[in-house]
Amino acid sequence: MDTEPQFFDQPGGYVGKPLVRVEGREKVTGKAKYAAEFALPGLTYGVFTTSPIAKGKITRIDTSAAAREPGVLAVLTHQNLPKLAKTPNDPQGKKDIGAPMGFLPLTGDEIFYAAQPVALVVADTLEHATHAATLVQVSYQKSEPLANFKQPKAELFDPEKVQDGKQKGHTRRGEPQAAFASAPIQLTATYNHPVYNHNPMEPGSTTAHWEAPDRLTIYESTQGVTRTQSAVAAMTGMPREQIRVITKYLGGGFGCKGATWPHTILTVQAAKAVGRPVKLMLTREQMFTSMGHREDQEQVMQLGATADGKLTSLVHTKKSTTSPWDNYAEPNSKIVDLLYASPTFESSYELARANVMTSTFMRAPGEAPGSFAIECSMDDLAYRVGVDPIEIRLRNYADHDYGTGQPWSSKSLKQCYARGAELFGWNKRNPKPGATRDGRYLVGMGMASASYPVHNSSGTARARLYADGHAVVQAGATDLGTGTYTVMTQVAADSLGLPIEKVRFELGDTLLPTAPNSGGSVAAGTVSSSVYLACQDVWQKLIKAAVIDRKSPLYRAKPEDVAVEKGRLFLKKDPKKGEAFGELMKRGEMTDIEGMAQGKYGSGYEDTAAAKNADPTQKDQAGHHSMHSFGAHFCEVRVDMDLGTIRVSKWVSVIGAGRILNAQTARSQIIGGAIFGIGSALMEETIRDQNFSRYTNADLAGYHVPVNADIPDMTVEFVEEHDPHINAMGVKGIGEIAMVGVAAAVANAVYHATGKRLRDLPLTPDKVLMAGLNS
Amino acid sequence: MNNFAYTQAASTKEATTAKEADKQAAFIGGGTTLLDIMKSNIEQHTLLIDINKLALLGITNAAEGLRIGALERMSDVGEHPQVVQNYPVISQALLASASPQLRNMASMGGNLLQKTRCGYYRDTAFPCNKRVPGSGCPAQQGDNRNLAIFGTSPSCIATNASDLAVALVALEAKLTLENPKGATRTVPLADFYKLPGSTPHLENHLLPGELITAITVPAAAHARKSHYLKVRDRASYAYALVSAAVGLDVQGGTIRSARVALGGVGTVPWRVPAVEKALVGKAPTEDNFRAAAALAVRDAQPREHNKFKVELAQRTLVRALVEVI
Repeated sequence: MDTEPQFFDQPGGYVGKPLVRVEGREKVTGKAKYAAEFALPGLTYGVFTTSPIAKGKITRIDTSAAAREPGVLAVLTHQNLPKLAKTPNDPQGKKDIGAPMGFLPLTGDEIFYAAQPVALVVADTLEHATHAATLVQVSYQKSEPLANFKQPKAELFDPEKVQDGKQKGHTRRGEPQAAFASAPIQLTATYNHPVYNHNPMEPGSTTAHWEAPDRLTIYESTQGVTRTQSAVAAMTGMPREQIRVITKYLGGGFGCKGATWPHTILTVQAAKAVGRPVKLMLTREQMFTSMGHREDQEQVMQLGATADGKLTSLVHTKKSTTSPWDNYAEPNSKIVDLLYASPTFESSYELARANVMTSTFMRAPGEAPGSFAIECSMDDLAYRVGVDPIEIRLRNYADHDYGTGQPWSSKSLKQCYARGAELFGWNKRNPKPGATRDGRYLVGMGMASASYPVHNSSGTARARLYADGHAVVQAGATDLGTGTYTVMTQVAADSLGLPIEKVRFELGDTLLPTAPNSGGSVAAGTVSSSVYLACQDVWQKLIKAAVIDRKSPLYRAKPEDVAVEKGRLFLKKDPKKGEAFGELMKRGEMTDIEGMAQGKYGSGYEDTAAAKNADPTQKDQAGHHSMHSFGAHFCEVRVDMDLGTIRVSKWVSVIGAGRILNAQTARSQIIGGAIFGIGSALMEETIRDQNFSRYTNADLAGYHVPVNADIPDMTVEFVEEHDPHINAMGVKGIGEIAMVGVAAAVANAVYHATGKRLRDLPLTPDKVLMAGLNS
Repeated sequence: MNNFAYTQAASTKEATTAKEADKQAAFIGGGTTLLDIMKSNIEQHTLLIDINKLALLGITNAAEGLRIGALERMSDVGEHPQVVQNYPVISQALLASASPQLRNMASMGGNLLQKTRCGYYRDTAFPCNKRVPGSGCPAQQGDNRNLAIFGTSPSCIATNASDLAVALVALEAKLTLENPKGATRTVPLADFYKLPGSTPHLENHLLPGELITAITVPAAAHARKSHYLKVRDRASYAYALVSAAVGLDVQGGTIRSARVALGGVGTVPWRVPAVEKALVGKAPTEDNFRAAAALAVRDAQPREHNKFKVELAQRTLVRALVEVI
């Protein structure tokens, strides 16, 4: 799109600077209202009764004791839930709703997974509702549940597509099997991953308020108000404009708040039933069974190479557990295909249905586990060939995207390796594994590559500039807590030439222009582009006003001859000729002026029509370039082989992700993502009992996320990168790349420390200990 | 959550009498376990008797030993100079427990009565003999990675979760218990806990209305030279996979007395007298420690996922002994 303006850094501008969060004061003083903090008049409280069993049928449900409790207003079950226009229970309904799960609880008597809601109790206080929910008497006819794809009774099948139809299930380039069979070096390794849960600090919640039969307001903990609005519209049969969704602040999401889960619509129906606003906040325990998870999975990575370590073949297969209804598997194979120059490639998926809810996207869906397999196997290859892990990656450096044949829009991976190695002190590494000691500890250094796509996306924004020099800029985006408020304020201030304190950015409301979900790392680039272009639209309108204003120095100039800098409109050929926007507006009695624009991101920016018409599995490739961020993580560990403990003692991440909007919030995001990855590598794991198909550690005492003591000082740097192909701002987004490759960097460091290759995550002390014993 | 009554006891007698009168009553100190247990619907109490106003404070170190009031907070005891100096294993066990916020709230007496972290006990949807006698123990065939290898029974393999109790059992601490008549008795902590047997819901020998009022620890050379080592899934704020409390009295290159207990492996804090006996008279060398540690696991009964604890227990014990000398 060469006609569209591109953002250029303003001299002395705000973009890129390490500004502190504009909403920081509101957050630390408790004024920032999260979704569950709106105290509506007449507010009531919803609490679920959930199923103790994972498979069976409700034979009898008696709500009378619960209904008799003081303050109880309604007890909803499958027998009396107000009817919906559509449910996700059939494929068409699921598609129309955009539901992540092809099943809505409280619509039938069958139990498909443990902790499935069977009743929703509404009462005047949370305490009344909580207690009454324990009094709902349910009898079940139990059946033997299936817990995962590895059980003998599991039936594996080949899905045609995975990730809900967004990705191809089977891909092949060339003849990888034949290339593998004739490869001088053949490596085959199996990687196992547990169930992971997102566990954002703020649990999911919905507050539904029917202000009139045709006016529904929902305060929702979601990564996308628009997506919630359209899902609720489809299920209730209401037009979208009658539904308003508000999310002013979000306490993290990591993907679990990216789609609309059952509790949202059930709360809406509860509010309808009682005729009062209802608030439902999921408990921490319910967070493990209400908003998806990362599925348990096994990957087999086959890698064929020449004697000097050049890849000739990559074959990747994945087996994983899915729900009774959906073919969800995160698409691991994409990154396996992307990272290196292998002339042949094949990937396939196998799924088995079990008594679990549907899994969903979780930070770097596909890339996180996929990078574990390819990056550990590449490490194996380096040792096999006898070269440095960075050298093996350089020998297989992909100078273009081998999967699509496209050139890269930009790629700074070599710089990331070089700078990361320098910051980390990689040259001090003894190449021999198991050979570096510090007292009782074995010390190891490992690294891994990272990458994440620039997905196709678009969104709109509105900018209102006041004659007195203030501005309000709006987009219905979400701030996950990562800095959207701040970076968009910076972009708007620079685009309008205003001091930052004169600009307010508003988000999180369907009344505002539509923005994409904050997910897939698209928000920063899409929303900043639409904000920038909306501000450009303001200038275009003012230029048009100036050239027809007899009193303006720009009267009768051609609009294309007028430029704007720091709020002053002037003739490009004669910059002295011009005026400030305030003068123009005051003279014309314009209190304010609004601009609006759509920002495009990814392939749709390069080729809008091609992206629009592309098959859902091909949208990201519809442009002329392959668009990805790249990076490298470096990790040092200290392993106590006697006790099996691993501690990360040093960390460096270097990332090339286009323009960085705020050096401080970006650094924080990379640190957060790396810690997320370290957690997945060393300790996070949701354990599903094999006989009950029910989790045994559904709380934050049993599900270990890293604490400060687990994490060393971390070094983060960004490689400066200018990419004109991806969007008007040149932003790639950094939410997910931060954790891609992280687990591999840790495991590679553990191998270097100990000489033991551990491929079953998480790398807890028992596994390290047993690996030591079995040698 | 059921409705419950709350009363603040002005005297020990008032507290114990109220407790004896109501079988569904519970004492509340810091409340860090009790509130969790009640919110999760694991226990339903009709009455909470707040004992925080009772005069059960004080940390005093005399020639015969250490006396700690049952309402002293974990953090105050863990950081007390006399405890740090003369009973390091107690200080270290306390400071390796929970988080600073929890340690600031939780009382010493309450710590010794904390509930197991067994996932089957903590979720009322599962059968659990400890929670509902006779309902079964899915942990035997299920997720037992964190559970016990000592003192188990077909009814229960839940681990005692207290770090403090491991240190105290090693040092032969005693509890002072006061009954509703105002009479006190003293019970060695090691005898206070019950093995699960066929009645895992009965966890200790407290009589109706009885309250822990104090903890006493005899002074000893092995107490001054003592150490607590805890191995866990993350660096802080996690329950022990295995822990070891050790104390040695070494004179002239020979171990004169030894105290050894293990945590994270027993249904009760697991003292290992066989190891202690084997150490006495030996030189404090790593080889001798290893030989003695092997005796600690002779009676281990691991399940599918906690076999590693047999090895890890020995290694943790050896490391703790190496670190204490």
